[in-house]
Amino acid sequence: MTQDENKEGIKGMANPGRYGIERIAYLLMRLTGLGLLGYFIAHVYETSNILRGRMGWDEFLALTQTTEGHIFLVLVIGMCVFHTGNGIRIMLGHGGVGVGKPARPDYPYDPASQNYRHKIGIYSSIVLAAVAMMYGMAVMFGE
Amino acid sequence: MAQVSSIAEEQATTPLSASKSVLLRISRFNPETDESNKFMEFSVPYQKWTTVLEAILDVKKHFDHSVAVRYSCRQATCGSCGMLINGKPRLACFTKISELNSNVVTVEPMNNFPVIRDLAVKFERLFDTHQKIKPYLIRDDTELESDEKEFLQSPEELENFIQFANCIKCGLCNSACPTMTTDSSFVGPQALAQAYRYVADSRDKGKDSRLDIIDESHGIWRCHFAGSCSQVCPKGVDPAMGIQFLRGYLLGFRS
Amino acid sequence: MKESTIMKIHYGTALASVGLVAVHILMRLTTGFSDSLSYENVLANYQSIPYVIMLELILILLAVHGFNGLRVILLELKQGRVYEKAVSYGCVVGMIVLIGYGSNTIIQTNMGMI
Repeated sequence: MTQDENKEGIKGMANPGRYGIERIAYLLMRLTGLGLLGYFIAHVYETSNILRGRMGWDEFLALTQTTEGHIFLVLVIGMCVFHTGNGIRIMLGHGGVGVGKPARPDYPYDPASQNYRHKIGIYSSIVLAAVAMMYGMAVMFGE
Repeated sequence: MAQVSSIAEEQATTPLSASKSVLLRISRFNPETDESNKFMEFSVPYQKWTTVLEAILDVKKHFDHSVAVRYSCRQATCGSCGMLINGKPRLACFTKISELNSNVVTVEPMNNFPVIRDLAVKFERLFDTHQKIKPYLIRDDTELESDEKEFLQSPEELENFIQFANCIKCGLCNSACPTMTTDSSFVGPQALAQAYRYVADSRDKGKDSRLDIIDESHGIWRCHFAGSCSQVCPKGVDPAMGIQFLRGYLLGFRS
Repeated sequence: MKESTIMKIHYGTALASVGLVAVHILMRLTTGFSDSLSYENVLANYQSIPYVIMLELILILLAVHGFNGLRVILLELKQGRVYEKAVSYGCVVGMIVLIGYGSNTIIQTNMGMI
């Protein structure tokens, strides 16, 4: 500890255990966002192999059509669905939808913005991501 | 190395009649002399109603008076005694030891605030950001010049902001905020909630100037609605709600 | 540009890309996942003008959304005038390079320049 701002740093941001599912959703949103950007860049590069003709395309496709490649794609599907579902929830929240109404607070001061609607939104996004991943697995490994 | 002392075994000047005791771990750190913090441990007797602040004051009274802690009202009104209690930002005067359901209570200075010594932290930045959002009514006229003696407001109009007027500037929300763990320039949930408090006030005419202040790269858009600020607020202010409503003005959902 | 304008673009690109990416993925499922990725199928996709327009839109929307998201995360991680400028310009450059690179693939394939 030094005489600075005493900031928790990335460790504090990435340690969501203390603040419930909303903080976990915050962290997952960041991680999935970064993961999806990485995948998107790789995907744009991957598809550029079509410029190398049939051989170039087939060579690169063979690299992705492996068990590891399919598992990676399943993860991408999960990240994509969670990021979309939770993103829509956050956008609605940012517009003031489902965050409750201001009122005189009463003890024990449960915050109206942290309500069941948003919790359901987060859990639904996680469940949808899991379902999409299972469907993706069925499609990719079922063939 | 942690030092363990037992108040119950001390020759206390005040008789203590408690059946239970808790291990109170206090973070000790003097930025002028220490490289890092150390924990001192004290076995403190407590009753069902004993607060963490009372336990710390017991330690000061009976064992080590040099423990630095800021406090005043002891009733969650002054906002002075915010600290990390078992890893979460809370008011020491508003947190009963019995409610923590733990035999060990660890107290540390709040995160995201510079440490003065031990549990006392600097509030300059919080006050600066609070001041930055113009925390007062902005109008061209005043009550003194107006024909009516005061600015009239209906109970419904009052309901729109009264919740946010409960802020005691304890800083717990800023300590819990995930953006503030890394962003030194972020306005913070405290100031943003107060910006909404004035923007939502029907007597105020300073909405546009406040929205201009918070619409910058380290302003309101760095809030990602994690809601940790609202979860730790000891007064039910719910900064996350205020921030989303405030953002509604900038997104065009509110006028 | 005002931060609120940037964030409106961030939300707009997110919503628009959700629909388009859904169509893009569904196209993989119409003929079976493996078959849809065969050289002939992919080439046929690239030579359909509506599909190419959709791919270009997805490329632009996701590049803008993704790199702005990265900018936001990086701005929150560290502060400082030089660093913040570097992050903002770096993300704009990254966005332009990615759009340019992807567009090159789309245009050349569409025009049969392979």
